[in-house]
Amino acid sequence: MAKDILEINMYRYNPEQDKFPYIKNYSIEKPAKDIMVLDLLHLLKEQDESISYRRSCREGVCGSDGMNINGKNGLACITPISSILKNNKIELRPLPGLPVIRDLVVDMTEFYAQYEKIKPFLQNNTTAPEQERLQSPADRDKLDGLYECILCACCSTSCPSFWWNPDKFLGPAALLQAYRFLADTRDLKTNERLDELSDPFSVYRCHGIMNCVSSCPKGLNPNKAIGKIKTMLLRDKKEIITSDGVMN
Amino acid sequence: MTNYNSANIKTIEFDALIIGGGGSGMRTSLELAKSGLKTAVVSKVFPTRSHTVSAQGGITCAIQSADPNDDWRWHMYDTVKGADFIGDQDAIEYLCSEGPKAVFELEHMGLPFSRFDNGRIYQRPFGGQSKDFGKGGQAARTCAAADRTGHALLHTLYQNNIKEGTNFLNEWFAVDIVKNDKNEVAGVIAFSIEYGEVAYLKAQSTVMATGGAGRIYASTTNALINTGDGLAMALRAGFPAQDMEMWQFHPTGIYGAGSLVTEGCRGEGGYLINKDGERFMERYAPNVKDLAGRDVVARSMVLEILEGRGCGENQDHIFLKLDHLGADVLNAKLPGICELSRTFAHVDPIFEPIPVVPTCHYMMGGTPTNINGQAFNRVDEIDSIVPGLFAAGEAACVSVHGANRLGGNSLLDLVVFGRATGMFIQEEIKSGGGVKSAGLDDIDAALERLNKLNESNSGYDTADVKKQLQECMQNYFGVFRRGEFMQKGLNELKEISDKVSNLHLKDKSNAFNTSRVEAIELQNLFEVAEATAIAAYSRNESRGAHARDDYPERDDENWLCHSLYDPQSKSISKRDVNFSPSEVEAFPPIVRTY
Repeated sequence: MAKDILEINMYRYNPEQDKFPYIKNYSIEKPAKDIMVLDLLHLLKEQDESISYRRSCREGVCGSDGMNINGKNGLACITPISSILKNNKIELRPLPGLPVIRDLVVDMTEFYAQYEKIKPFLQNNTTAPEQERLQSPADRDKLDGLYECILCACCSTSCPSFWWNPDKFLGPAALLQAYRFLADTRDLKTNERLDELSDPFSVYRCHGIMNCVSSCPKGLNPNKAIGKIKTMLLRDKKEIITSDGVMN
Repeated sequence: MTNYNSANIKTIEFDALIIGGGGSGMRTSLELAKSGLKTAVVSKVFPTRSHTVSAQGGITCAIQSADPNDDWRWHMYDTVKGADFIGDQDAIEYLCSEGPKAVFELEHMGLPFSRFDNGRIYQRPFGGQSKDFGKGGQAARTCAAADRTGHALLHTLYQNNIKEGTNFLNEWFAVDIVKNDKNEVAGVIAFSIEYGEVAYLKAQSTVMATGGAGRIYASTTNALINTGDGLAMALRAGFPAQDMEMWQFHPTGIYGAGSLVTEGCRGEGGYLINKDGERFMERYAPNVKDLAGRDVVARSMVLEILEGRGCGENQDHIFLKLDHLGADVLNAKLPGICELSRTFAHVDPIFEPIPVVPTCHYMMGGTPTNINGQAFNRVDEIDSIVPGLFAAGEAACVSVHGANRLGGNSLLDLVVFGRATGMFIQEEIKSGGGVKSAGLDDIDAALERLNKLNESNSGYDTADVKKQLQECMQNYFGVFRRGEFMQKGLNELKEISDKVSNLHLKDKSNAFNTSRVEAIELQNLFEVAEATAIAAYSRNESRGAHARDDYPERDDENWLCHSLYDPQSKSISKRDVNFSPSEVEAFPPIVRTY
């Protein structure tokens, strides 16, 4: 009986050699046991040393190997090939919407710049106590589903709004972290943070397309966090109306 | 392919250079960024991709939250005993007494620790922890952010480095140390992975914060990037490594995949069972059972498997039982473990046990340093500081972990000694103490290895040789070791040595060439593996993680000492363990039972 053959179509581009990117076809005998897409890439790289991709932890916590697998963004290291195989075919492309450095490696400068823009660090200018600042378990629970982000960029690079305005719309990953600090009872810059988010682009270019939710490999929900930011922005405005009688 | 030399590469000058963007590197850089000195972190991956991110269970420290009467001296006692008495007691004293300050700082920076009802940081029990110097029962001393403490810690440190404006050279790869004619360290040769640009990064202080090298073994919990780059650079530059035979095998790596399952699982009440469903740790460690030292638990598991009581079709693994804890506890306290088990073991721990096996986890050895992170050499049996060279974290051997690290002590090591190293470098540079500039010949010498690889037209394949190396180490230098087998391993390493120095780099391109990186990483792995093998073969006793079939007893008369590996003669000498803490009486060696 003929063995099962996997057919892999991979996006290839080396700026020193190729004028344009192209799709290269690889064939490999289907492994007896289910393996992850990252293991498959290792096998291919043993055949063809020139294939380039990022990887580190190989267990879904470092966020290095986000890529587009059969049309959907995900982490290669925790995507079993059995879960994505269609007629024994796999198509691997870099994350969409960011410049490609080489093969499956994208330039994430813009993505990181948006993350830095939301001031992703705790701001609390009061004198720190000798021990820790206290936080109730209920308040700490508010950070669950937010702090676990691994900055893999699967969400932002699946978001059409981020594709159109990657410089002005913060994108789901940065907004998830923006809310992580808004939700932290230890952070005291809530108003300043909201002020910086209140322009028409930073938050409001989210149109609830929800690709971020379906592509997050950690099961997080940036859309929900963005909704909460929008609520806070509205509530902020209401407070201004009641205190001054006018809307700014 | 360009032949690189001092005339055609750029020099970029810093006050301090930190190689590695994990926990220890970013804690060092945070201290330095605040000082106004020109510093940079050189990291081969974007910093939050560093292996610290995989730490799960927590950071052990006597912050007196779970127990208001907890005492850092009890933590010190546990650490000394856990280290099987070859941890330096001055360093362990510093680790445990400074620890609370370092942990509270992390909380102030925003680390999202889990909490007790009173709002204080949540602490869980971990292996080897006791109250009242081993007399007061199990302690709960490991501060946790669910089971994602490493992730929370690494991201918090990165975030605070953004706040302080640290310079990052991300996806730059350091190749070799540049030494001046006085044998001092004056920076490194590095290249941008993205563009291939090669540069001499000149610095007064160079900190190796490059983590461990678990990838010398075929089966490891370590990330693919854990290739011991800093330690290997130091070895190639002729500087020694200490206690390299001491490798921790974590009891619970997921069978087949190697991913870590935190000791926190057993801290929360999980336990190990053999194929008969027996909780076998009751036989090996009657008092603390599954929370004995990691070396003790790992060996007990291997013995169960060797004696035919392993689980599964091939009876080659052990089960970790968690289902009795209930879905609520597992979802709240161990959510990451549930996720990993489902992905890599195809098992839901809420209903079924996780198949686990002892897996290489941590390098207790490393570049020997003092409490300030200063690396030293051994000259005429005296420690002699190497000006310009520092190490912190897993890459260093300060030595707080001795022959066996306690769970939760690695994250504490990173922040306490990263911080100490940063503080010391500030003082040193501000007081004018500096390193003489390297000459052009010195720079050329440090470029040799890169040039040789770039010019290779034939030779061996990186992936093949790496497999050989990893299998050799796994077969001959694993949980149990024996002289005659290690001799075989040493012979194999000689063959591998020749291959490693004659690798063929087929892809010579510059843009994001991961093959070039992997070839150099393999050479680094080899340096570490060779030091490990020679040290393991030399230590004729069993202590901590180093278990010899042919020398089953601890031998305090001959081996209550560090081993120091000299890369030039490829030989081992002995170095005294510090038994002089400043505030407390030293803990003398006792028989180590749990």
